[in-house]
Amino acid sequence: MNEAVRFHFVVDGEDFTSAGQASVQVKKNLRRLGIPPEIIRKISIAMYEGEINMVIHANGGEAEVLVYEDRVEMILTDRGPGIANIEDAMKEGYSTAPDNVRSLGFGAGMGLPNMKRYTDGMKIESVVGEGTTITMTVNLT
Amino acid sequence: MKISVIKDLLDAEVVCGEEFLDHEVHSACGSDMMSDVLAYVKDQAVLLTGLVNPQVIRTAEMMDMVCIVFVRSKTPSEEMIRLAKESDMVILCTKKRMYEACGKLYLGGLGVSAVK
Ligand SMILES: Nc1ncnc2c1ncn2[C@@H]1O[C@H](COP(=O)(O)OP(=O)(O)OP(=O)(O)O)[C@@H](O)[C@H]1O
Ligand SMILES: [Mg+2]
Repeated sequence: MNEAVRFHFVVDGEDFTSAGQASVQVKKNLRRLGIPPEIIRKISIAMYEGEINMVIHANGGEAEVLVYEDRVEMILTDRGPGIANIEDAMKEGYSTAPDNVRSLGFGAGMGLPNMKRYTDGMKIESVVGEGTTITMTVNLT
Repeated sequence: MKISVIKDLLDAEVVCGEEFLDHEVHSACGSDMMSDVLAYVKDQAVLLTGLVNPQVIRTAEMMDMVCIVFVRSKTPSEEMIRLAKESDMVILCTKKRMYEACGKLYLGGLGVSAVK
């Protein structure tokens, strides 16, 4: 397997109820590829947090998952408001989520720190007013 | 602890997953904030929550959890039950509030998993 296995998803920003569907699908696909369950769990949680963020903070976006022999790469791209201060956003407990998002069970300010915790590499590129791209890598070996 | 014991300790009703009540579980967590739940990845088996929306089921699924307990008489929607069944999860509903439900399980011997 020299070429990456590639999955692509469009994440709907209008529909909170279906948010997370891409992550559920990725989890299923990774199981089929025979990746160990503890590694799948880390990948799915990181992807899920990123997917939810795109829905609640950026009105949706796109997710690309690339499975290489030695690693899985997740690239989440949105055209939302961007993140003004990435250093602040990475702090546990930092959240700009409004009350209606909190009442849905999100807005603890733990998502980005969780994504960092469960991946071996994470890069955030964001331009205010243009959007955000988050690239995460989880090693398989 | 068997899931059936959790059901008894909480006087809970089984919404789905009757066939998995013999399943053994060793840890639980209680929260209404999903990212708090997602912060502790080590073998959490049971989620107690007062939050009712499909993201609760997806969160549990991402964590490979096997049982969700809705506290304060919250009842899940058909859609949530469908998602839970797809993932072979048990859903329990109890009248007890979060504090009491967690306390009962803790006293009953269900521990917390070591943090990370
Ligand atoms: N894709 C994004 N576009 C714009 N802003 C974002 C995006 N992702 C995160 N943010 C900003 O970073 C903050 C922190 O994100 P993080 O995921 O850590 O917490 P949260 O989403 O607010 O709450 P939680 O993830 O605990 O439910 C958010 O409140 C938001 O301001
Ligand atoms: Mg978040």
